[in-house]
Amino acid sequence: MKALICIGHVPDTTSKIKFTDNDTKFDTTDIKYIIGPYEELALTRLLDLRDAGNEMHITTVTVGLQDTEPTIRKALAMGADDAVRVNAEPLDDYYVAKQIAEVFKNGDYDFIVTGKESIDHNGSRLDGMIAEFLDLPSISGASKFDIDNGKIKAEQEIEGGTLVLDVSGKFVISAGKGFCPEPEPRIPNMRGIMTARKKPLQVTEPAEAEALTETVKYHLPEPKPACKMIDPENPEELVKLLHEEAKVI
Amino acid sequence: MAVLIYTQNYDGKFKKSVFELVTYGKSVADMLGTDVVAVTTGNIDDNTAKELGKYGASKIVKITNSELNDFSAQAYASAIEQVAKNTDAEVIVFGNNPHGRAIAPRLSVKLTAGFVAGAVALPSSTSPFTVRKRVYSGKAFADVLIKTDKKIISLNQNSYKTEENPVDAGVEEFTAEIPANAYAVKPVEVIKSGGKLSVTDAEILVSGGRGLKGPENWGMIEEMAEILGAGTSCSRPVSDLGWRPHSEHVGQTGKVVAPNLYIAVGISGAIQHLAGVNGSKVMVCINTDPDAPFFEAADYGIIGDAFEVVPKLNEAFKKFKAEN
Repeated sequence: MKALICIGHVPDTTSKIKFTDNDTKFDTTDIKYIIGPYEELALTRLLDLRDAGNEMHITTVTVGLQDTEPTIRKALAMGADDAVRVNAEPLDDYYVAKQIAEVFKNGDYDFIVTGKESIDHNGSRLDGMIAEFLDLPSISGASKFDIDNGKIKAEQEIEGGTLVLDVSGKFVISAGKGFCPEPEPRIPNMRGIMTARKKPLQVTEPAEAEALTETVKYHLPEPKPACKMIDPENPEELVKLLHEEAKVI
Repeated sequence: MAVLIYTQNYDGKFKKSVFELVTYGKSVADMLGTDVVAVTTGNIDDNTAKELGKYGASKIVKITNSELNDFSAQAYASAIEQVAKNTDAEVIVFGNNPHGRAIAPRLSVKLTAGFVAGAVALPSSTSPFTVRKRVYSGKAFADVLIKTDKKIISLNQNSYKTEENPVDAGVEEFTAEIPANAYAVKPVEVIKSGGKLSVTDAEILVSGGRGLKGPENWGMIEEMAEILGAGTSCSRPVSDLGWRPHSEHVGQTGKVVAPNLYIAVGISGAIQHLAGVNGSKVMVCINTDPDAPFFEAADYGIIGDAFEVVPKLNEAFKKFKAEN
């Protein structure tokens, strides 16, 4: 089986978010970048399935400039086999989805995996967009992904329940909660890091595409007033405040 | 021209979040000087469908294909595309929920319509068309310009208040053409999650963390939820340890929620947890550790032992509920 997994290069969750150029650009000063948390879960699951004896070749794909390569090498150090980097600024989800669809067309992959949501722009659109470009089925927010005797098993969360899916042919799937049931973080060891340096990282130029959206301005939320502390001996005070001041009960 | 709203029904009924969408769509339609058309599927009777008229939908299109009883993002996107073309929809609104996440991106490619996922407010202007959304896990907002003629927005739950705006709504039936390959991935079974209030639907959430020491201590959390008509949720370690089901995990890699009131008991407030709950209108933190980061984010706090504070608080809530 050949898997193509999208690896996002996103600011570490603990980063302090700031903007520059009159709040039109993300300020990258002092920002540490990581693999998107959902994508890391997805990659971990693929590696677990491979370790369990399923034959699988794992290629990562990232749309980004050269500064994304340390993140890509980390995915290789975790255990992915090779990588493709589309050498372009990820303008918007539509643009990125188009690039990934092209990479898929140029290989002989069986399926594409994405994370359910990116933590930078909090989009959750890539899976559906890629699938539509390729006219393939899409499974959004999968809560289960397994291989049983070479046959793929997947479940998808919908409101009020879960769909058990019969999967055949090529498809696009995005990893949600449950995709990786026992997420043991895979910390690359020295050997992994050394081998990752030698694994193939192919750089391709982007396909012709346009962006349909553009961020014109960022805003930081209004600072919250300080937390009002309530005497633990007097919980009635909290009830009163929730009712009269916050008006939420 | 029209504003088209995808109004999902659950076994023939609408949830409150759908009325939020229709109210939102009505406001967008007023900005554009056009009407609201709602589109829904499946077995829903006309009187229930007409409820959407109360919030401003002047037409409800009911897609009658029986294939759609099984969910497929391809089939739904294709059917809604046909309705969007027939109604000449300029703006299409979805909820930022599982159906919206599955269908809207496909529609965006079909119609070459720019898509903003997770909007939190009305467009700040319609020419140019700019919408505000949540980014960086709630640590910031972005104003996003949609450059195409057709636009798709998915609205975060609980970010727009329902408002009645009654119009006499007509119901039309429509049979869509479903592409032959739409069910290559096919649902074979639906596992219902039962009658429990889901964490994303609850207007109040009572949430427990590792500070509660073990699953046997959840009685007082469930009691508080029952008194307040709330849902229960938990932090990631709690679901990883198997104390509570994964469906209750809220946080960055769990569910992202935005209730009116979020009560965190024994949750320290790691940044990954806050990323999933910082859209809540009001947050309460109960923790023994005065340095717990949650106190920085919370509106109200009690420093104290949950095992002493929560039973007393439950009595106070009970008394309040009896009087109000």
